Amino acid sequence: MRFVRVPVAPALVALVAFAASFGPGSALAASAEKGKAAYIQFGCWQCHDYNGQGVSTSNGRVIARTAMPLDAFIAFVRTTDGAMPPYRPPVLSDEDLGDIYAYLQSLPEPKAASDIPLLKNDVRSQ
Amino acid sequence: MPKKDSSLKLNRRKFLAAAAVAGATGAVNPAKSATAPAPDAQQRLPSALPPNAHVAAVENGTPQMPSHDNGTPGSDFMVDVIKTLDIKYLPANPAASYRGLHESLINYGKNTMPEFLTCMHEESAVGMCHGYFKATGKPLMTLVHGVVGLQHATMAVYNAWCDRVPVLIIGGNDLDAAHRPPGVPTFHSGQDINAIVRDYTKWDDSPVSSQHFAQSFVRMYKIATTPPYGPVMMALDAVLQNEPIRDFGEKLYIPKFFPSAPPQGDSGAVKEAARLLANAERPVIVVDRAARTPDGVKLLVELAELLQAPVVDQGNRMNFPNTHPLSRPSNVVSQADVVIGMELSDYWATVNGFIDNGNNGFGQNITKTKPGTKLISISSVDLITKSNYQDFQRFQSIDVAIPGDAEATLPALIEAVKSAISSDRKDAMTKRGDAIRQAHAKGLDATKQAAAVAWDASPINTARLVMETYAQIKDLDWSLVSTAGNTSNWANRLWPIEKHHQWLGWSGGYGVGYGAPASVGAALGNRDQGRFSVSIQSDGDLMYAPGVLWTAARHKIPLLAVMHNNRGYHQEVMHLQRLSNFRNRVVNIGNDLGPIGTSIMNPDIQYHELAKSMGWWAKGPIVDPADLGPAIKEAVAVVKDGQPALVNVMTQPR
Repeated sequence: MRFVRVPVAPALVALVAFAASFGPGSALAASAEKGKAAYIQFGCWQCHDYNGQGVSTSNGRVIARTAMPLDAFIAFVRTTDGAMPPYRPPVLSDEDLGDIYAYLQSLPEPKAASDIPLLKNDVRSQ
Repeated sequence: MPKKDSSLKLNRRKFLAAAAVAGATGAVNPAKSATAPAPDAQQRLPSALPPNAHVAAVENGTPQMPSHDNGTPGSDFMVDVIKTLDIKYLPANPAASYRGLHESLINYGKNTMPEFLTCMHEESAVGMCHGYFKATGKPLMTLVHGVVGLQHATMAVYNAWCDRVPVLIIGGNDLDAAHRPPGVPTFHSGQDINAIVRDYTKWDDSPVSSQHFAQSFVRMYKIATTPPYGPVMMALDAVLQNEPIRDFGEKLYIPKFFPSAPPQGDSGAVKEAARLLANAERPVIVVDRAARTPDGVKLLVELAELLQAPVVDQGNRMNFPNTHPLSRPSNVVSQADVVIGMELSDYWATVNGFIDNGNNGFGQNITKTKPGTKLISISSVDLITKSNYQDFQRFQSIDVAIPGDAEATLPALIEAVKSAISSDRKDAMTKRGDAIRQAHAKGLDATKQAAAVAWDASPINTARLVMETYAQIKDLDWSLVSTAGNTSNWANRLWPIEKHHQWLGWSGGYGVGYGAPASVGAALGNRDQGRFSVSIQSDGDLMYAPGVLWTAARHKIPLLAVMHNNRGYHQEVMHLQRLSNFRNRVVNIGNDLGPIGTSIMNPDIQYHELAKSMGWWAKGPIVDPADLGPAIKEAVAVVKDGQPALVNVMTQPR
């Protein structure tokens, strides 16, 4: 099978610039920084949003600071047959996946909902 | 080439008048023509006969202006008919093919009941009718140019069809090929203009007399407003609009409208459904368009509490309060032994799943329910299934299928359930209800915590987008008229939605471009009821026909539109990524963020400037979440003052 690769260098420049524009991480380790760009380039944001927050459903789970070990993370991404399409090595290398994993781990701990007034007071209740 | 004879030059008016007289003469004096001397075969024939004395007199005299005052135009009577049906507004884009009716509406009818609202696209006009009905329960009518206007309108008509919403559509047409103006009006005429919407309207007609119009207009109103609701279509001939009312020796009359009772489910089937529900260990109620009115919500609450059963609201209407402890998410069907689905748009997908991730390109089907789960359906849509468009979805075998309107059937079902519940079941049902209440509370905590992740992110988190909005409107009598685009359903998950008008549902047919016009239409209906309208407006949806913003400003329709500006056709972004992955290709994103062809960036559209140019108050782009609340607060003040306002917010993808 012939794989088509597209030239990504100009786009990567824009992606790195864009990635630097959101969330924390400008002072992160190199792999997390590269992972942030890869996260954008390979479309992880499409279901999980730019900061890994997802939508808390099966079609985009929260993956920021995922508790899944790196090996399991890579295995899942390679073989998923659920809502998420698999990313195989011709599309996404193990190195890129490792960087993405580092980026996800670098994201800040979310606030508790009870500490956010709009979620504490205004949200629906019983 | 023969030399032109300047003596043959006639001005257009004289030529037409002469031709008309000559034609008339020929028509009424055939004998004279027959006795005219036969031309000599050898003699060259003149290109035209010399005028007779009458024609010469006409040519040389002062031409008389043709009279257009020959009696009451048919369109005046049509206005009389329309006025009997309490139709408040008529959003439409102007068009020559209905000029007769248009003139009568604004002059003879004084532009009231209905009031003409100027629209910039027929899709917007139908979308406004769609949203208005869902906010008020009353249908509107629209007028469209018979061919091209109706072609513009079609997607919105399809949305109304799929969403079971009545819209009265009249398309101007000019059937008489011999007398209609040539050129553009003929391009815009058709033999059967209704054909392009026949597959997704409940009924259509092409009246040929004023009395026929009266009967058909009342009939179309009646058909459209009898559940299951739906759009209806009438082709209205230009001659019928413009010519004086013809006297056939009978007096024209306007049929009186009496609403039809909605179809109720068969009593035997209802008893069987009640028996299954009353004896179930884990019954689940699933509703989609079950509550046509606020009464429907009350009835569903009564049924759920009677059974102590969880309710899954699929959300094409506000059916069940999301604050009610029996409100549960869709995954509870996996525990059910009996499922009752009411007015579901897709029963198959309620009890099955489809994962777009198969090795063979066909995806995977999964069953969500346990073996032996009994399925009950009450649906009026079973009564109007058509063939071409596939809005009936996949076929699902149902144990007890009840064709009938759910809201109309609920009182009988509730009584039957009361009779079927034995006293020894009541303790078990109470325990079941307690367990559901606990699960509801736990689920709410999880939802709130999910919303908290990346709360301070920029671009702005969609959960924060909706909660900053809610904080500014919570003390008003608000109505969430639309959430175009994918905001992960946060508003429905986090806002307390307890009243029927607080959530109006989605488009029906998922035709993008519904959000903006339907929001304006709903806001119009809410304006008259003193409610505050808010929409979450996506970028792609708005750009299909942004002229509806002007319509809102022109007619002073107050609406708060909070932009979910994620700069892409996000659904399509994900589809391209999925297909590229399946084919082991790196998706080509060009110089954008999403796959080529799916981004709305480079340049970014300045939606706030667009809105301002059409008379809206607008602010943006908002990129810092700290700026969002104050901007929305300003916008709310403008809307409360009676004007539309838009806040352009740069958001996360979904």
